[in-house]
Amino acid sequence: MRFVGLASFSLARLSLLAMGAALSVSSALYAQEKPYFVTYSTDLEEPGNLEVALKGLTASPKDANAFISPTIELEYGATAWWTTEVYAQGQSTVNDSTVFTGYRLENRFRPLPREYFVTPVLYVEWESVSNADKSILEITGHDGIQRFQVNNGQTRGIVEHSLEGKLILSSNFKGWNVSENMIAEKNMSNEPWEFGYAVGAARSLASAGSAHRCFLCRQNFDAGAELYGGLGDRYSFGLKQTSQYAGPTVDFRTPNGPTLSFSPQFGLNDNSIGTLWRFKVSYEVQQIRDLFKSKDSR
Amino acid sequence: MKRQLLLIAMILFFPALLIGASDGKWLNRVPDEDRARHNPFAGQPAAAAAGKVMFEENCAKCHGADANGLHNRPSLRSVRIQHATDGQLAWMLKNGNPYKGMPPWSSIPEQQRWQIIAFLRTLPLATEK
Repeated sequence: MRFVGLASFSLARLSLLAMGAALSVSSALYAQEKPYFVTYSTDLEEPGNLEVALKGLTASPKDANAFISPTIELEYGATAWWTTEVYAQGQSTVNDSTVFTGYRLENRFRPLPREYFVTPVLYVEWESVSNADKSILEITGHDGIQRFQVNNGQTRGIVEHSLEGKLILSSNFKGWNVSENMIAEKNMSNEPWEFGYAVGAARSLASAGSAHRCFLCRQNFDAGAELYGGLGDRYSFGLKQTSQYAGPTVDFRTPNGPTLSFSPQFGLNDNSIGTLWRFKVSYEVQQIRDLFKSKDSR
Repeated sequence: MKRQLLLIAMILFFPALLIGASDGKWLNRVPDEDRARHNPFAGQPAAAAAGKVMFEENCAKCHGADANGLHNRPSLRSVRIQHATDGQLAWMLKNGNPYKGMPPWSSIPEQQRWQIIAFLRTLPLATEK
């Protein structure tokens, strides 16, 4: 079996280097984010913080070659109500090739000045991604397993430019976070609006904190589950010929270190890949903009 | 290409459209029901110790390890904060004041937020910045 993973590994190396650099300049960290991979909660990046993350997905679709798809993510808290992100992604397919598949620019806004039982956040994204993309950062329209059964050579040259919007809703009660995302995506070529959804629920494994710093204590773990999939397009709205996934998810915030997340996710119909294995390593550089402020402002 | 650049510019500058008003007097915005809430961990040294750990992880990066404020961010040892009720502080931790730079911390379990407030109550008063 030949595994051609040069570009993919270069992406991974690049992200590890970036994370190493982040580790070298930052102090203690904590992220509010939930252990979701596809679902967004209304937690934004804290203002002034930069999160560097490597998201990975590997799977072996039916009648197709196994692949791994890394995504590098830089997320910056511009203000307490605005988070901006950039993604670069690629994939490497067994017995095929390794390709860079595109980039995304993403912004999330908190329109209301306080929390409600259901708090909204607005999401706007511009993406320039080739059809060889296998990151499955979200699912819209009738996207299904057929796309993964085509060689990279046939899909890498077809680059789609899309504008995507999400309405993100979250509720926090009794330690639980429940989040719902409604997704609408418009390919800028002459294609109809496509829709999708994602829902997730998660909680910390401990309600109260420990009086001592600890590594494997429950408060450092979050666990939950998420469900997501396509909802067709403007002309054929619904679940027919869409892919749907669900699975448990867990994360572990290492004290003074990165957050590690993992989730096996299972296809719920024949149009879905059997099992997706997702992982994420993220690290927050605390108050990176303070590095550029004078000491006099302290 | 021009159309793509225009779209990217719209995405980047969209936040300007969302700037909203903020009165900056968050204490007055706390509903009476919330203002009257009491800290279930009040006076418990163990809870304050746990709150200190969480303060150092979550709050110190902006408010300073000594809670006196960093880079013009507010001191938590000010008269205003020390005279606020537990309920007012709990409301602020949950809701934040996004247009003034304070993010909401509603995703942290409520008990942990009360523990942070228990720790704040152990801090000595300092002159307001």
